[in-house]
Amino acid sequence: MDSALIPRGVKRCSLWQFLLFISVVGAVLLWGVYAMLLCWIKGLNQTNMNDYYGFAIWIWADLAVIAVGGGAFFTGLLRYIFGKDELKSIINYAVLIGFICYSSALLILAYDIGQPLRGWFIFWHANVHSMLTEVAFCLSCYFGVLTIEFIPLILENRQIDRVPFFHHLSHNMHEIMAVFAATGVFLSFFHQGSLGGVAGVLFGRPFAFREGILIWPWTFFLFTWSAAACGPCFTILITKITETVTRKKLVKDSAIELLAKISGWMILTYIIAKTIDTWYWATVTAPSLGQTLMDFYSNNPLYGIWILFAEIVICGFVPAAILITKKGRKNSVALWIAVILAVVGVCINRWVMVLQVMAVPVMSFDYWAMYFPSWQEIATTILPVAYGIILVGLAHRYLPVFPDESELNPIETLPAEEEETVEPPVDLEQELKPAGA
Amino acid sequence: MKHKKAKKYGMVINLDKCTGCGSCMVACMAENNVPFRKDESDKLLSITWMRVYKLTNGKPFPNTDICYLPRPCMHCEGQHEGHSPCVTVCPAVATDYNIETGIVSQIYTRCFGCRYCMASCPYKARYFNWWDPVWPDGMEKYLSPNVSPRMRGVVEKCSFCFHRYQMAKEKAFMEGRRKLKEDEYQTACTQACPAGAITFGDLNNPNHAVYRMVKPDPKHHGRPTNPNAFRLLERLGTNPKVYYLSSREWVRRVGDNYLKNESIAKKTVHQG
Repeated sequence: MDSALIPRGVKRCSLWQFLLFISVVGAVLLWGVYAMLLCWIKGLNQTNMNDYYGFAIWIWADLAVIAVGGGAFFTGLLRYIFGKDELKSIINYAVLIGFICYSSALLILAYDIGQPLRGWFIFWHANVHSMLTEVAFCLSCYFGVLTIEFIPLILENRQIDRVPFFHHLSHNMHEIMAVFAATGVFLSFFHQGSLGGVAGVLFGRPFAFREGILIWPWTFFLFTWSAAACGPCFTILITKITETVTRKKLVKDSAIELLAKISGWMILTYIIAKTIDTWYWATVTAPSLGQTLMDFYSNNPLYGIWILFAEIVICGFVPAAILITKKGRKNSVALWIAVILAVVGVCINRWVMVLQVMAVPVMSFDYWAMYFPSWQEIATTILPVAYGIILVGLAHRYLPVFPDESELNPIETLPAEEEETVEPPVDLEQELKPAGA
Repeated sequence: MKHKKAKKYGMVINLDKCTGCGSCMVACMAENNVPFRKDESDKLLSITWMRVYKLTNGKPFPNTDICYLPRPCMHCEGQHEGHSPCVTVCPAVATDYNIETGIVSQIYTRCFGCRYCMASCPYKARYFNWWDPVWPDGMEKYLSPNVSPRMRGVVEKCSFCFHRYQMAKEKAFMEGRRKLKEDEYQTACTQACPAGAITFGDLNNPNHAVYRMVKPDPKHHGRPTNPNAFRLLERLGTNPKVYYLSSREWVRRVGDNYLKNESIAKKTVHQG
């Protein structure tokens, strides 16, 4: 029924199967929307946050999706600025994933604030000294950039592309995409960094506080670095999941392997820097404030030293070791393990830099505060996941997200389908280059 | 030089005098229209601008000793004036540092409830309004007309009864004066304390009792030179304007974090 909208040369499931899939995920989405409305209408008393846990699962989710969404800016940097052409096989998907992650982050911020109708105050009454202000500005601007990067892909839908204006618009946007990619990299450097700065500048919280350069604590650079390192792993992970669900190869191995290799070296350098940072913090910063490393990892039911070990060794050095070796990258199981560990690692990092910061007592007579999210918080955290799945499903079905899909999965074209094919009414003698990515 | 004449209002709490009666908490709530709910059993949701902690030296009988520590907002000065942990992080300038008085205020109508200030405060002195205030029937008539009640979704905290400062200034102005006398501006908790444990005044004025009690060292961000005086978490560099006095060493030690075998005298300010 919707075959006219489906890209040429690719096979998709039947419409009813697709609608069933969308309905199931849509039900989860509606559950999240209901919880979101509860939070907006009744207030943040719907959550399990309290005066010790002012920041909780939403802020973690926000930081985590932004970190894993870092695959968009870093893949864009490699593709458009460094000219890694192999990545054109995956760049569209990286942009789509980034778009989903960043729109989710903005959505989460919209229900995380106590007075949502005053959300614009952060722009209007901006405090230039606050890291959160920098986050808000760069995040919004970068979301605009991602939208611009995403638009050409939408315009390449078979039916939209038939309109000459949209066809040319899409083509011309592709031509200048390097400018937007560079802008995206610049903005990402600052908003990823300022998210790290959000925790690092808290000089009243020795667990989070870090020294640094001028106004930027070390966490500023570590967050940018880790997003650039682990973001591509998330892009690979989602690509692999999509390939598994659709039961077909969508991206060339060369693209995956190149991205995995660069990601591996980025993770290795990041985790070395993170280790040095942790060592300095544990031996110099914290003791100068009268605290030892184990003060932050004992006398509580959850946050043991295991979490530091898991973040740095299991989810840091291990995936790096796998991804920097050719053997590791070529082994499908090892690649799966590596990208999962890398994504988990960066999520643990964001978790401890938000939730453990809140949990650790600072005054010597204070106590550890534990927290478990309410169902409304869980539902609203799952909401962006459901939204992401639906958007991926729609994009995969109706947009040419994977330019190499038809080459990787050749299908026999039926005569009836050939008859249906209608050439776009554009003057192709203009020697327009095909949209590259 | 511009700030030389500025006031720096602060508080000195003598912990040896405090009996833990909680009058300061009650006075504070009544004075500042602090909201409460029917069920206040979850203290992590209770708004207590002034909160009294019970400290113990952890020793068994007969050496057990306890101490009550009232904790208002510390009105931190930071490493330079206005560099309080909360003021610098607020993205919408809803937390204000008044350089004329040194008082840190919350602008409720500006706050949009991001709670970053709460995350930044090591003293847990900031509270979020998880609910809209609901007063028992008739109680709204007893609310203070000088303090605006706060709506759901914004952060609030101790203001050193700033409205009292404003009223004292107005009164002085009407009487043709510019300067306030020491007793003209006092916080509700100070006046309510039956043991006289709380003293309030200008830390920049050598004639005020608070100055004489702690003898703040201006070269070290007001660090007390009185050996019995201390500030909470001195080493973080927050430079609070609330000082504590105690003749008991274990009490003074509890005021900050120390490594094992580290002496209390080795106080170093980490930053700056």
